[in-house]
Amino acid sequence: MIRILLPLIGLALLTVLPNYISDYGLGLLIGAATYVTLASAWALFSGQTHYISLATVAFYGTGAYTVAVLNEALPYPAVLACAALIGGAMALVVGLSTLRLQGVYFVIFSFGLAELTRQLITWYEVNVTGTLGRYIFLDITTRQIYWQMLALGAATLALTAWINRSRLGLALRVIGDDETVAAHSGINLARTKLIAFVLSAMILTLAGAITSPRYVYVEPAIVFNPTVSFLTVIMALLGGANRLWGPALGAVPLFLAFEYLSSNFPDTYPIFLGLLFIGVVFLVPNGLLAKLETLTARKAPQTKEART
Amino acid sequence: MLEIRDVTITYGKHVALDRASLTATQGRMVAILGANGAGKSSLLGAVGGRIRPASGDILYRGKSLLRLPSHRLVEEGIALVPEGRGIFPAMTVADNLALGALPARAGQGAAARMDEVLTLFPKLAQRRGQIAGTMSGGEQQMVAIGRALMSNPDLLLLDEPSLGLAPIVVKEVFAALARIRATGLTILIVEQNARATLELADDAYLMEVGRITKSGPAADIKSDPAVIRAFLGGSLAETR
Repeated sequence: MIRILLPLIGLALLTVLPNYISDYGLGLLIGAATYVTLASAWALFSGQTHYISLATVAFYGTGAYTVAVLNEALPYPAVLACAALIGGAMALVVGLSTLRLQGVYFVIFSFGLAELTRQLITWYEVNVTGTLGRYIFLDITTRQIYWQMLALGAATLALTAWINRSRLGLALRVIGDDETVAAHSGINLARTKLIAFVLSAMILTLAGAITSPRYVYVEPAIVFNPTVSFLTVIMALLGGANRLWGPALGAVPLFLAFEYLSSNFPDTYPIFLGLLFIGVVFLVPNGLLAKLETLTARKAPQTKEART
Repeated sequence: MLEIRDVTITYGKHVALDRASLTATQGRMVAILGANGAGKSSLLGAVGGRIRPASGDILYRGKSLLRLPSHRLVEEGIALVPEGRGIFPAMTVADNLALGALPARAGQGAAARMDEVLTLFPKLAQRRGQIAGTMSGGEQQMVAIGRALMSNPDLLLLDEPSLGLAPIVVKEVFAALARIRATGLTILIVEQNARATLELADDAYLMEVGRITKSGPAADIKSDPAVIRAFLGGSLAETR
């Protein structure tokens, strides 16, 4: 009961929080909510299967671009629905052809996908439409963006919690452990991975679509910034990519740290990014939550070891 | 029950398996013996759907398996225990076993099946709640075999179940295999431990560098002078 009640109370508090903070504070909240959503959605697929995807920004940028292209043609909710569908369709096509790649090949491919999407859109804009940038003018307040992102983040966590308990979640965990055994336990590898990849991509695309009015001016180099993909991975890994709350736990402090660093040390802050990446991999490879668990388990060792 | 017909497997230019044929009749335990690199695991991989043969066919109850993906094989009644402990180390023994009952084939009988498996492996019964990764190598192998049995298979494929285990543990694993064999299950086993396997098997196939060089009832193979020299003698034959 408390596991459902506590997040709901937290959500309620976060919903009314904009009434009590400055515009700058609200901007930070949106950023934090965005990264919590991105990292959680990333972990929905990559956390359990261990398929490390660097394609986050491919979907995020596509979402932002969908809004930039369609915002004058369609009502806003329809634009969001389009963005989610486009992201899902993209993931379906890409997933069908690539999810058989394993390990480092998938990592490199996913990174290439983000670059490919960016270059394709750039090429199209320059050669076909004859422009590069686009403007997004929508009657959406900063608070509305915040609430939308908060809702998407909450929905992502709820979806993850539900998947973790379902047969799909079990299948994903098993695939992450050993694909051969998973297949021989009767799990349809291709279908399972595809479902999770598409769900994750739809959320990532929606997140890009929801934040896009904040950019006002959109061009490929801005919305397809690979740093977003890397940040998402580090955040999820720091918190613990295979835990429900892990990615959120990693996202909030890291987002705030990067906000501070990028505004105070704009030229050197990628150095911190690199150091942090190395630090996370060396010190907390399974995430902070797993680390905490082992630390508390060490304090109370009587239960498990006593049996053997 | 299982018929492998002229199967050839190539990795690029390298021919790992050259027109191998093998038959496993219902209820028999068939052993594939050979040194490292002889092509044993490639052959088993082809049956398990992991490797696509360049030519030849694999028939199971008269039906070709080559078009089926691995997860469909389980529903056909074929269970594979892959080389190197096919278990999920972070899960408990009970969860590992329950996972084996995921296929529709396992059906409603999962609970009864679990009892059977725990009777076959009494050690696992005492350790149901233990995290599988914390068990010894031999116990983990038993979990892997138990998991495979949970899908209620007709044909069990075992890839080097004794690999990397201490001799005394190997004995335990083979004792367990004997109990499984007694249940009438058809078993296809790939092993380097020729002596122990021949004690147990009904039929045996010998492989050397990608070819089946000898086959017949295990009892005959066991007493074949060439086999004794190559596989059962004090000094192990070096083929690589």
